[in-house]
Amino acid sequence: LSSSIENHRTLGSRTIYVGHRPCPANEVFIPPKFCDNRIVSSKYTVWNFLPKNLFEQFRRIANFYFLIIFLVQVIVDTPTSPVTSGLPLFFVITVTAIKQGYEDWLRHKADNEVNKYRVTVLEDGRRIQKESEKIKVGDVLEVEEDETFPCDLILLQSSRDDGTCFVTTASLDGESNHKTHYTVPDTERDVESLNATIECEQPQPDLYKSLGPENLLLKGATLKNTQSICGKSIIAFFTGTILKMGKTILSKALVCTTLKYVWQSKPGQDEPWYNEKTLKEKETNLYLNMFTDFLSFMVLFNFIIPVSMYVTVEMQKFLGSFFISWDKDFFDSEIEEGALVNTSDLNEELGQVEYVFTDKTGTLTQNNMEFIECCIDGHQYKYRDASSEVDGFCVTDGPMNTVQQKAGREREELFLRALCLCHTVQVKEGFIASSPDEIALVQGAMRYGFTFLGLESKTMKILNRTNDVEMYELLHVLNFDPVRRRMSVIVRSISGETLLFCKGADSSIFPRVKQEEVEKIRMHVERNATDGYRTLCVAYKHLTAEEYDQVDSGLREARLALQDREEKLMAVYNQVETGMNLIGATAVEDRLQEEAAETMEALQGAGIKVWVLTGDKMETAKSTCYACRLFKRNTELLELTVRTLESPGKRREDRLHDLLLEYHKKTVQDAPPAKTRVASQDYGFIVDGATLSMVLNSSSENNLHDYKDLFLQICQNCTSVLCCRMAPLQKAQIVKMVKNSKGSPITLSIGDGANDVSMILEAHVGIGIKGKEGRQAVRNSDYAIPKLKHLKKLLLGHGHLYYVRIAHLVQYFFYKNLCFILPQFLYQFFCGCSQQPLYDAAYLTMYNICFTSMPILAYSLFEQHISIEMLLENATLYRQIGKNAMLRWGPFLYWTLLGVFHGLVFFFGVWFLFSNPALQDNGQAFGNWSYGTIVFTILVFTVTLKLALDTRHWTWINHFVIWGSLAFYVFFSFFWGGVIWPFLRQQRLYFVFANMLSSVSAWLVIIVLILLSLLPEILYVVLRKPRGPYARQKLVQSSAGGIQSPRSSARPLLMRTFSDESNTVS
Amino acid sequence: MMASSYSAKDEDGHITVSGPGGGTLRNKKPENTAFKQQRLPAWQPILTAGTVLPAFFIIGLIFIPIGIGLYVTSNNIKEFEIDYTGDDTSSPCYNCAKNFSWNNTKSCTCTIPFQLDQPYESNVFMYYGLSNFYQNHRRYVKSRDDSQLNGNIDSLKKPSKECEPYASIDNKPIAPCGAIANSMFNDTLTLFYNDPNGTSVPIPLTSTGIAWWTDKHVKFRNPVGTNSNLTAVFQGTVKPVNWHRPVYELDTDPENNGFINEDFIVWMRTAALPTFRKLYRIIQKKNTMAPTLPRGNYTLVVDYNYPVRSFEGRKRMILSTISWMGGKNPFLGIAYITVGSVCFFLGVVLLVIHHKYGNRNNSANISN
Repeated sequence: LSSSIENHRTLGSRTIYVGHRPCPANEVFIPPKFCDNRIVSSKYTVWNFLPKNLFEQFRRIANFYFLIIFLVQVIVDTPTSPVTSGLPLFFVITVTAIKQGYEDWLRHKADNEVNKYRVTVLEDGRRIQKESEKIKVGDVLEVEEDETFPCDLILLQSSRDDGTCFVTTASLDGESNHKTHYTVPDTERDVESLNATIECEQPQPDLYKSLGPENLLLKGATLKNTQSICGKSIIAFFTGTILKMGKTILSKALVCTTLKYVWQSKPGQDEPWYNEKTLKEKETNLYLNMFTDFLSFMVLFNFIIPVSMYVTVEMQKFLGSFFISWDKDFFDSEIEEGALVNTSDLNEELGQVEYVFTDKTGTLTQNNMEFIECCIDGHQYKYRDASSEVDGFCVTDGPMNTVQQKAGREREELFLRALCLCHTVQVKEGFIASSPDEIALVQGAMRYGFTFLGLESKTMKILNRTNDVEMYELLHVLNFDPVRRRMSVIVRSISGETLLFCKGADSSIFPRVKQEEVEKIRMHVERNATDGYRTLCVAYKHLTAEEYDQVDSGLREARLALQDREEKLMAVYNQVETGMNLIGATAVEDRLQEEAAETMEALQGAGIKVWVLTGDKMETAKSTCYACRLFKRNTELLELTVRTLESPGKRREDRLHDLLLEYHKKTVQDAPPAKTRVASQDYGFIVDGATLSMVLNSSSENNLHDYKDLFLQICQNCTSVLCCRMAPLQKAQIVKMVKNSKGSPITLSIGDGANDVSMILEAHVGIGIKGKEGRQAVRNSDYAIPKLKHLKKLLLGHGHLYYVRIAHLVQYFFYKNLCFILPQFLYQFFCGCSQQPLYDAAYLTMYNICFTSMPILAYSLFEQHISIEMLLENATLYRQIGKNAMLRWGPFLYWTLLGVFHGLVFFFGVWFLFSNPALQDNGQAFGNWSYGTIVFTILVFTVTLKLALDTRHWTWINHFVIWGSLAFYVFFSFFWGGVIWPFLRQQRLYFVFANMLSSVSAWLVIIVLILLSLLPEILYVVLRKPRGPYARQKLVQSSAGGIQSPRSSARPLLMRTFSDESNTVS
Repeated sequence: MMASSYSAKDEDGHITVSGPGGGTLRNKKPENTAFKQQRLPAWQPILTAGTVLPAFFIIGLIFIPIGIGLYVTSNNIKEFEIDYTGDDTSSPCYNCAKNFSWNNTKSCTCTIPFQLDQPYESNVFMYYGLSNFYQNHRRYVKSRDDSQLNGNIDSLKKPSKECEPYASIDNKPIAPCGAIANSMFNDTLTLFYNDPNGTSVPIPLTSTGIAWWTDKHVKFRNPVGTNSNLTAVFQGTVKPVNWHRPVYELDTDPENNGFINEDFIVWMRTAALPTFRKLYRIIQKKNTMAPTLPRGNYTLVVDYNYPVRSFEGRKRMILSTISWMGGKNPFLGIAYITVGSVCFFLGVVLLVIHHKYGNRNNSANISN
């Protein structure tokens, strides 16, 4: 213990006293300070909830703005009552606070469950039950089988004789296989009286480094519930537009105030005899007056950013997300669950995704290995169930008695014995192994008649085809390591033969076997690899007694070496594993999730870049990528891994530098300009965790600070990127790097295990798959879906529609309030800039709440400008809304111009009419409230009809709401003007509306102005590019055939396999 | 005793913070209803040149005749306007305007002769017009107490604060209070027809029917006290500062006196723009065949009480006939003719487009 740890003594190390007993050797005992073991994911406590929540809410610029407006209305004598903005604001704040409070209460409950979890602590020789949160650093814990580690642990003692334990790290890195951990040597003594210190590194994010010491057990990643607050594009647009509108308001108010004082400076204008000021008004300071006037104008124009927009957007998001959880296409009959929406704030982000980061195990694949076929001496053996299609390979009376049997029986049995012996599988109610592939192989051998019975005191037992038990003495295991990429066993049979069986990747086996055997096998291996199977080659070698003695002594010597043990072992391994005989190869399939390939292809067709981030080995991950067609046959792979960095005579750093530059040249500099993408080469990029941390950490040490940049540029120019051997935090690092890159693209992470949580939290949109590996991912995700295949509809269908809906909603809101407030602004020029409202207070308040809110809400919930089926069929449609297409300058300018045009038409149309206010056939005249009411009527009708023109999908709800709103407006106006309201100080609108309707001129002007306002819109709709669904489809087809490289249509995997087979085999 | 298996079982015990869609952790199979699956039957209209084209033609064909009709109607309305502000030395009212003082007890009278070139058939409406008078100023618009005007006794005794500084004088409430009432137009306009034989015949002016019916009968009410006598009801209030007579002496007719005086009601309906006209009197058509106002010479006699020079305002007297669309205003006619023509023109343009490129559009959209 001491020797290995003292080497690590660095500045950043920490010292832990086991069992809180300080080493006597230590001169001074300083009780070290460590944080406790409590998990806190909640945000508030009862005491700080109100101030903290209010503070957080008012930090949102919109809320703060409305608060200011409200305060101004309270303090200053303004044209409208504070209720008009105070009430909606109060409503929004309260609802949000209740929602957040409830969510935090749930988080408290969840935290408590973890923190109050009972654990057994050994203290002074006694077992004490403690709550998990009270564990202190240095405590000795006892953990039973199937329990979760409550914190990071060092294995001191195990109930097993050999001092090992098996651990699954499913919630850390997603690998659900069992890993063996060893007790710390020299702690055979009674733990209760153990006196020891541990020196270790400070906590660090690189999981694989800290996993290195084999006796360290890591606690499940501590999760922080920091869900992203709101959709980025909309919020950016929101804030941007609010600022823009805020500027407009400010400038408008400034213009008006200036004009007012210019106008007032003329004699007799400020205070004509008919309109004197009160004593108080006369006495107030001129500048103070100016300031109050300015604020009053602001309040008057503030309706341009109504609180109601906020409410409507929230409502849309809240209600809209129901459609996701209601979608029966997301329902999975296996787990009997549909989609789950944890955050409704991100619906529209689903339509903006540029990068998808996906986990491999459990997400792309089912993490369910299956032995598919093998090849012995160049002859193919395919295992089929009896029920499957009967062809030449069909096996009925025993697997090997087939027509195709060409390899000799002896070779077959040798091969199967090799499968049975060359592994590290343990038998315990089924097979347990650190690699699921090995289990699949052993099971495969079992199907062919050779069953591995187990390892008992260095003896491996095999039940062979004739139901005899064969015994082999296990002499040595030459463990698997990623550099050698193979493993071997040395066994001795009953007959005394010493055999070495070796299995490994083709590239590491082929150079070590007799060359004449290779060619027969290579073809099969390559075909299997392209089909996405994980291939392994199996070889064997007879060892003579002398040879074995040499090997044996070599291995023993290397194992005992104190220095360079690894290298010495490696040398012996390499020496032994030569001159072998190749027997055959195996193909194991990590079964893909349903429609994984189709989904990935659809995503790529939609212009989304897919990155696979996995903790898995590179070979496995690569074959999965081939299987889901992320890498294709013609994809050139650029590898940046530990293996490619191993280069004789060069430092790894230099090699990394060279490779990076080379790849950068290839993908970025030499790439044809974007327009001529037709013939460009597809690149796939592969990087592993160790290399990644070299790239990311290089900046501080070297002056080559642009590694990260280079790396990112390479990645972004590749069609797919594969990152293997990633620690969870590295996954998050990658996501973060892309998220913060130029243009800050929208990122989406999808995963199913606890190891994906960090990247799910890091990405803009986090998607959890309701897989087998617990609920961590689902709990921390924004959306949870049962299967990977549902991602397609979630993005291409729902995401697209939500984006269009909400983009339209936001734009429309600004438009309708622009043409609502513009007449108000213009009126100031005709009323002495006195802040006189054009519309009655009831209209001002109701406009956004009742008259025009429901149609747009209905639109934003039900609109399908293109049917969902069409969206799913044509993935390229997704590209059309990419990069926030609907909220950029062009569309925004269009809406602004439209709003300005409408505002001008409304105001000046009526202004011309009022050049003679005698508008009734009895000669009576109309006053200012009639003026406002006529403008307002035109406004409500135009704005609603404009939306009607935009609506492409008229359900009965749209009809009901659009026509209903107009009817309600008319009804309300009659009602509001029909009664003398006792609570009103002024009966401004008394019979104004009815009188307006009795005037033919008013009718005529309303009709002509509505039509005039809508004319440009109708023209625009008619003359723009054909946008009907069918026209769109045409467009898509033409572009797909022409500019974009044709994506191979999603064929069933099996069909593809066969056709490709014919290509290679024949 | 370190047992050893990491299992994720624990996770299931946690409660998922579920959003709106979540509901329960294990939600049931979603219902297969058209609404929930976003498959409601929907009408999907598509505007194309082909469908909009007839609409444009129809609009054009309807709007242009209406516009012409409106324009002709407006042109047939006879209107005569005379400015009697008196800021010009040659104006008959110059002296009255120049010598105006609020302290004048005797009203200044000026006479303005004018000539009508055409006979005015049917009823003639007499307006007074003011310019640069901001009846729509915010401070002005809100300076009234509708509940007082509605006959509320409490408000009569204690006018609303909005009426400041015209709410009370020496702690006595003003009735009617507020700036609007205080500045009521109080010029008296009378018309005389100068008969060709030399006599000057006064023209009968009707002062009722000039205000909205609902204003006169519902919105404006005289306070009803124990006494039916208006004078007694208004006891304890004072007249607005700039008025010559208290509110209960506005007219001799009890149905047109006090708050329900129509001149007062008309004034209280604040104008939309700083240049406005308000109905003053109606000259009813006589039952004879003779025109209401025959061609010839007239005299307008003005009791000049209303100062406008201080704010550079102007005063006008307007005589106008009225059609079904109201007073003279060519705007509507022009607007209709313009919009109609534009539609028609666009219809032609679209027709051309439709014929040239229509086939392609059609095939793309007809199938829907």
